[in-house]
Amino acid sequence: MHEAWTFSDYLLLIVGAILVNNILLVRFLGNCPFLGVSKKMDTALGMAVAVIFVISCTGPITWFVQHHLLEKFDIVYLRTLAFILTIAVFVQLVEMVIKKVNPTLYRGMGIYLPLITTNCAVLGTCFLNIDLKYNLLQTLIFSFASATGWSLALIIMAGIRERFSFARIPKNFQDTSIGLITAGLIGLSFYAFQGLAR
Amino acid sequence: MNEILKAAVYPILVMGGLAAIYALGLGVAARVFYVYVDPRIPQVEELLGGANCGGCGYAGCSDCAAAIVEGKAPVNACVAVGPDKWEAIAKILGKSVEVGERHVAHIMCRGDRQKAKRRFQYMGINDCRAAVLVAGGDKECVYGCLGLGTCVRNCPFGALSMGENGIPIVDRDKCTGCGTCTRVCPRGVPKLLPESQKVATVCNSHDGPPVVKKLCEVGCLGCGICKKVCPEKAVTIENNLSVVDPSKCTLCGKCMEKCPTGAIQQILPA
Repeated sequence: MHEAWTFSDYLLLIVGAILVNNILLVRFLGNCPFLGVSKKMDTALGMAVAVIFVISCTGPITWFVQHHLLEKFDIVYLRTLAFILTIAVFVQLVEMVIKKVNPTLYRGMGIYLPLITTNCAVLGTCFLNIDLKYNLLQTLIFSFASATGWSLALIIMAGIRERFSFARIPKNFQDTSIGLITAGLIGLSFYAFQGLAR
Repeated sequence: MNEILKAAVYPILVMGGLAAIYALGLGVAARVFYVYVDPRIPQVEELLGGANCGGCGYAGCSDCAAAIVEGKAPVNACVAVGPDKWEAIAKILGKSVEVGERHVAHIMCRGDRQKAKRRFQYMGINDCRAAVLVAGGDKECVYGCLGLGTCVRNCPFGALSMGENGIPIVDRDKCTGCGTCTRVCPRGVPKLLPESQKVATVCNSHDGPPVVKKLCEVGCLGCGICKKVCPEKAVTIENNLSVVDPSKCTLCGKCMEKCPTGAIQQILPA
């Protein structure tokens, strides 16, 4: 197992997950909602909050499923199935609870929750937690930081895409095409963070 | 035997068990967190336009439907769907509805490219709201239609089209009176008039006579001749712009005859 982590280790973990190994721009996970909901800042913010919440919660839950269920029964190869099931159920549950407890929040965030079930950034983060052999605390921090990195990229993208309506883009490059090009350029700029942390 | 057990039975049991526990949890949660939704809300929503135009003042059609069912908004809150649908909604709610007169949008400016002067050539973004930000728009008249078609593009019902001379044209059959055009126009040139109004001053300028005369061939000078000649006292001058009261106007035509610029007009085909 790991030696005891110091505070700076945790700090590096956070910086690493948000900037250096940004789940979206460097690991290329969660690209479809990235292009889908980044046209308007409002929707991007709603999605960002929802994703941070869901990933921060499903990370530790799937960690438990992995270590206390799948490994016990030696069926780790069913990980994908078990994790997807867990994420889908969790998202459903959260949707129900929010609808009852806070209708205002539901109207802001509710429509994004079903979309998150199929967001590969969620599943990807859950896998990374296991593959990188994090303990529960590290899993929690890494999940939150990863989701923050994803949201950061989404919000940057939304900010840029909102300005597309005032730009003269050649017809063939409009909409998704220029979105993909922009995503590539943002990703390239994030590579500048390589070497800052693990 | 033990190997088979491990390879076949464990996965089925564990995954099945996991799924069963989740299903049970969701089932319980669905009961505990059940939210009652008034079944009339989706029914009413179906009757509304679905354009989410915001003409009712709510954030969208579903918001408006909820407000109607809860009694916070009148049955005829959605001007876009018209009396037939209002009655259907009233039937669902067991209420009655008073049908007022339909309103139709009208572009209150005739100062097209030939008739109204321009100060400079605007080459920016093709949107009136952007154009007014550049030194207040390219038209000399600060009240007139800029002719870039923001209202045309934003009309949720496709009732507006851009005329050849750069002034939008309203399709009176398609117009629902939702008022989206009046809200998106940075100068408020489109106005909602009662469907039966026959005569109106087709100008939006509150400038005084000398200014209008200099800037536009067809603007209302606010000279007040129409007010003087009207036998029914249907015309008033408000802030240098003549306004026709449709309830008093008898379509005698005297004002149109005397108007020096022809701004006061018959807006309905007779």
